[in-house]
Amino acid sequence: MTDSSSRYDVIVIGAGHNGLICASYLAKAGRKVLILESLDQAGGCAATREFSAGFSVSACAQWLYQLSPDISSDLHLERHGLAYAARELNTIALAADGRSHLKRNGTQLSGPGLTDDDARNFSNLNSQLLRFVKVLDNAFKQRPPKLVDSDWQDKLSLTKLGLDMKRLGKEDMNELLRVGLINIYDLLNEHLDNELLKGALSLDAVLGTHMGPRSPNTVFTYLYRLLGEHYGYSGPALLSGGMGTLGSALGKAAQSLGVDIRTNSAVTQIDTEGERCCGVTLDSGETLTAPVVASNADPKSTFRKLLGYRKLEAGFARRIELNRAKGNVAKLHLALDDVPAFTGLPDNEHGARLLISPTMKYVERAFNHCKYGEMSTEPVMDISIPSLHDPSLAPDGKHVLSALVSYMPSHLQGGWNDRARAKAEQLALNTLAKYAPDIHDKVLASEFLSPADIEAHFGNYGGHWHHGEISLDQIMMMRPVPGCTQYATPVSGLYLCGAGTHPGGGLLGLPGRNAAQEILRQSK
Amino acid sequence: MTDTAPANPGTAPRVLHTPFHSRTKVANKMERWEVWQGYNTAACYTDVELEYFAIRSNTGVFDLSPMVKYRIQGADAADYVDRLLTRNIRKLGTDRVAYVAICNDAGNVIDDGTLFRFADNEFRLCTQEHVLDWLLWSAEGFDVTVYDETADVAALAVQGPTSCQTLRRMGLDGLQELKPFGMAHYELEGIPLMVSRTGFTGDLGYELWLAPEHAETVWDRVFANTRQRTVRPIGSHALDLARIEAGFIAAGVDFVPAEQIVRNGRGRSPLELGLEWLVDFSKPVFNGRQALLQQRDKGPRYRLAKLSVEGNKPAEHAFIYCRGREVGTVTSAAWCPSAKSNFALASIKTPYGRERDPLKAEIYYMRELHWTRTMAKCEIVNEPVFNPPRRLQTPAPDA
Repeated sequence: MTDSSSRYDVIVIGAGHNGLICASYLAKAGRKVLILESLDQAGGCAATREFSAGFSVSACAQWLYQLSPDISSDLHLERHGLAYAARELNTIALAADGRSHLKRNGTQLSGPGLTDDDARNFSNLNSQLLRFVKVLDNAFKQRPPKLVDSDWQDKLSLTKLGLDMKRLGKEDMNELLRVGLINIYDLLNEHLDNELLKGALSLDAVLGTHMGPRSPNTVFTYLYRLLGEHYGYSGPALLSGGMGTLGSALGKAAQSLGVDIRTNSAVTQIDTEGERCCGVTLDSGETLTAPVVASNADPKSTFRKLLGYRKLEAGFARRIELNRAKGNVAKLHLALDDVPAFTGLPDNEHGARLLISPTMKYVERAFNHCKYGEMSTEPVMDISIPSLHDPSLAPDGKHVLSALVSYMPSHLQGGWNDRARAKAEQLALNTLAKYAPDIHDKVLASEFLSPADIEAHFGNYGGHWHHGEISLDQIMMMRPVPGCTQYATPVSGLYLCGAGTHPGGGLLGLPGRNAAQEILRQSK
Repeated sequence: MTDTAPANPGTAPRVLHTPFHSRTKVANKMERWEVWQGYNTAACYTDVELEYFAIRSNTGVFDLSPMVKYRIQGADAADYVDRLLTRNIRKLGTDRVAYVAICNDAGNVIDDGTLFRFADNEFRLCTQEHVLDWLLWSAEGFDVTVYDETADVAALAVQGPTSCQTLRRMGLDGLQELKPFGMAHYELEGIPLMVSRTGFTGDLGYELWLAPEHAETVWDRVFANTRQRTVRPIGSHALDLARIEAGFIAAGVDFVPAEQIVRNGRGRSPLELGLEWLVDFSKPVFNGRQALLQQRDKGPRYRLAKLSVEGNKPAEHAFIYCRGREVGTVTSAAWCPSAKSNFALASIKTPYGRERDPLKAEIYYMRELHWTRTMAKCEIVNEPVFNPPRRLQTPAPDA
């Protein structure tokens, strides 16, 4: 086939947000960059999907709560069409009794069952955790320091991290060291009494992971989640036109910097010449060469599928194989005749972020199922009715509901098929109906995307949000695996730039930027 | 007690018997046994020196069955072993054997062994240690089956200057034409028998590979038609003496198998064990390549030196000094009767161990409860002290 020989300095695999961000920073530095995307539009998981004629939702991620503000301004995303339909939305923890719902507006809590003690303790806890997050954020902005074979920059990063910890003061530092490894269940029980509040907060710690509130590591994932608050998002935001707007703004920003984006061009293989990466092969059979290839695909897909383990040494291949990336979040999309009535919720509150996560035990029980490859019979849900803020998503007078449904394991026993999908959708709808009894009557059309469907569409292994668990053994210099930190891989010329690298997933965007900086540094 | 009562676990045998056990048991006049990978094997049948001289002057027969053996087969078997091992396996023909090293990603030797090629995609890998975990981890991404066939294959080493004659007299016609590291397939009284010209003695020698149920028959045939003294069963002590004399290294003695290491830095790479000739850097990928490349460029941390030691006291476990500085330790040492050499293998920190370095071994020995220390001069030797031409000659010469 044709060989468009090395017209590009860098080929980026996948036009997900990190791929686009990586490419943009590379282009800004004067590199000629080509992005290859298997789907028909740029954006990856930042996508809007018309799942029924006239009804659209954010296909994967539905809330924006932690896009790095530095990246947003560096790439002038607002100039490229990034527009918010709503910002700083409230979060409402739905109470099972249909009366005592809890509202969170920034750090302000209100609701019938809430005591002054809980409100005050929550505020104190939140402030302390945000001080911890500040330390993390500093470490996230740059490549992770190596501990072995470290250079001056690594030593500087480690020193800074140490100093940041020290600067917390004795009390805070001790507390960070104490809680950093424990679980959110214990931490919240130490500080708070209100079960509904604790249930809602614990959901933020575990959503998108293969952990329950009692799993060790969940305080860390909670801190991770708080990054958004640290960045100044005092509540989740919705984009006009759905999350696809972020994808298209990033795409336009990249193109304005000279990046070429080829859609409908799935990479099937990363090519090597001797020990070096030399380009890629597309599903059409076309080969493209470039001295540097940056993969925005997750580590497992990159090494197992695109490169192949046989081109790696066995110990490294094994570490990739053992990397934990089990997705548990499904998506429920509903086309609605009208806004469903959530029991006890005022009409003007239906546009908030609505949570079905009544107690930590409820969340833990929901998690229990997925440990054994079963779907939760009573799932936890994170619900959005975006059409209340953005009428363009549904025909006049109609609405769409988008919900994150967990735990629906990617590794479901017996596999995901139409029957399993229908059953899971029914479980989700029944759970929803406990809080909004008229939901069944309002549904015009529906779609249920299991983690396997999300993987099939977006290509992220296990449908995992973060391209690999955000766990203490898979962060910083161990993300995705030792031997592959700092965005380089054992194959020279091949880099990773996706959420599977430091600092990780969500719509953060920092891996892409950090990777670009490393590629520029290493491939001068 | 009834018949169905479970056997007392304390009375169950704790060692396995090799397929030759009924014969080795009778031959083992001294009843000196030791356990090798779970099997009861003879350390010495009669007398270590007699057995050693059988290897060097006539024929020594060693029960090799406990040697760990893996069968590797499948569409990707050749690619798999090529990535697994540091050597270039593409150059290994069918019915040929290669001495090989297995490295981990850090470039440290997990084990050394021999690879037998039966067909394009069918191999046997013999190792000293159990390495199945590593073999299976390495199989990720390959269409290959790996399984332990140790118990399914009996093996007998027949080594020494008259070994070829012994085997030909047994009926293995034309064996003298078999080249070193070659394999030949025979049928002996209807028993399929694979013979390889391989061994651990540094001399002319063969290894017989067969199904366990025929082990006793083959043993009897090897010892038939010969005057007893010219063909002698040998134990592990005599074999060890022969392998040191030949300059061969042993896992667990001259290096610690990489997967068993606890302490940082205790591993040894092929470059540090004198096995650089087993490493083919022209292969784009093999386990350990990146680390070994780095080490090649930076220079290895150790070198394995062959030492000719002054005097006749074996330098076992001796420290090695160079101008008063401690630079290494002896890993294997023996007074070698045929070479008439006090020989030692020593792991020496680089840059020491160069040819002209004035090395000394600090040897302790005891005479009638009296410990004595001697500082023996050591000379680096480049060639094995025992390396008779017949080892590599084809046709194999008659003694």
